[in-house]
Amino acid sequence: MAARIPLVLLACGSFNPITNQHMRLFELARDHMHLTGQYQVVGGIVSPVGDGYGKQGLVSAKHRVSMAKVALQTSDWVSVGDWESQQPDWTETVVTMRYHYGQIAKQYQRRIEALNNAPQESALCKPQLKLLCGADFLDTFHVPGLWRDEHVEEVVGRFGLVCVSRGRQQPDQAVHESDLLSRHRANIFMVREWVRNETSATEVRRALRRGLSVKYLLPDDVIEYIHAHGLYTHKTELKNKGIKLRPLTKQGLLD
Amino acid sequence: MEPMERIKIVLLACGSFNPITNMHLRMFELARDHLEDTGKYKVVQGLISPVGDAYKKKGLIEAHHRVQMARLATESSGWIRVNDWESQQSEWVETAKVVRHHHSELLTTLQNDDEVDTVKSFKRKRLEEPECMVQGSSGCSTRKDMPQLKLLCGADVLESFGVPNLWKPEDIAEIVSRYGIVCITRGDSDAEHFIQQSDVLWENRKNIFVTREWVTNDISATHVRRALRRGQSVRYLLPDPVLRYIQERGLYSAESEKKNAGVTLAPLQRYSTTS
Repeated sequence: MAARIPLVLLACGSFNPITNQHMRLFELARDHMHLTGQYQVVGGIVSPVGDGYGKQGLVSAKHRVSMAKVALQTSDWVSVGDWESQQPDWTETVVTMRYHYGQIAKQYQRRIEALNNAPQESALCKPQLKLLCGADFLDTFHVPGLWRDEHVEEVVGRFGLVCVSRGRQQPDQAVHESDLLSRHRANIFMVREWVRNETSATEVRRALRRGLSVKYLLPDDVIEYIHAHGLYTHKTELKNKGIKLRPLTKQGLLD
Repeated sequence: MEPMERIKIVLLACGSFNPITNMHLRMFELARDHLEDTGKYKVVQGLISPVGDAYKKKGLIEAHHRVQMARLATESSGWIRVNDWESQQSEWVETAKVVRHHHSELLTTLQNDDEVDTVKSFKRKRLEEPECMVQGSSGCSTRKDMPQLKLLCGADVLESFGVPNLWKPEDIAEIVSRYGIVCITRGDSDAEHFIQQSDVLWENRKNIFVTREWVTNDISATHVRRALRRGQSVRYLLPDPVLRYIQERGLYSAESEKKNAGVTLAPLQRYSTTS
């Protein structure tokens, strides 16, 4: 029986705030990739975007990272990667992926050297890193100025996507309509969320602004953190209002 | 003079809770927000009443497990509690009876509190109370401090009123006229339409509160059981302590789902039997 490929799932996003739904993505993806028979999911990374992203309502990275850590403290395989949030400017997804892949590859090298085995002989396959995302993420590839073609090529072609869809989302449609995505169809793994659960961070923020309950949508400890730091008020939602999203200005694709 | 006091409400949810999920718990939170938002009410307690084993629903595991899981799930809640009276009954109990039982329990608690107060401050309390302090009197809802008991449910329960032989018409009438319902609707159901089409519901529409879920949350226990059978993760769909309880005991397998297969549901059994 062929050895399974060790796989790490990386989720990039605002995590503003992290919710149970985000954490479900990891669980669903892991189940799915195990069922293919080809992969062994060995880790998950939540990588909150940096403040330089400029999205409206984005609270400071320091808080978003802390909340994610609090939410994941009881997880034995998913952790928070704060490298992206520490970068001085907004960082392209592919750059974040390259960084984390570099870290994984280094670890793998060390293990190989320690075992003194050639990879072909040992059960240690070279690990892979794939981007974990929701179906709506695929649509962002169409947004003018948001992605460089060569980056999409690298994210999907070199690394690969694990895409979780729910409700009425039709991710197959998005792949079909893009030549680039279609070319890498084999590297895009589609996972169906069988429970219709439209909890979104946007809705959670809305409820918090209005003083409504969000209990059972995110971990109690995260809710406590939010209240303790006075996050997600009408004021915080106005942050970055009118400012252009950083990817649109940095990449100079719209000029 | 005191500002107008809010009417106190206790929400009672009956159901299989097989197992309890975050969706069940959300229902309470949504209902409370909705009622308190009107400015007229204060929700003082939530009660979870898991159905007894005699209900005979397919895949229903033992009541003591379902009660314990609900207890684990509500540990972190300051206002939602589990009540096992219904689950302890040897025969299936109609929902109206469960509501009546909890209503008289509430009244008894209040009366017991009064007796304690009476010792402390005799004359003042007596002068303020209306004259309905007879022990066991169940019709007394004129006390200012008596909370109103309302049935909390999803729209599917409301719509189940239409299923032949599932409910006694007089029970439905009693629940909506004497107590009231707080109904949380899922995205695709039209509770208002259903109310409109039923005379008894329409007559008591002031007693039926419909709350739209602002977030579609369809974590049904059926889905959860299916995932568990297939060895799929259900983490973050129910509280961690409940999940641990299930895993430690190996609950919810293909075998447990076959329980009561072919057996008629207790209400249908009871109401379709010709006397």
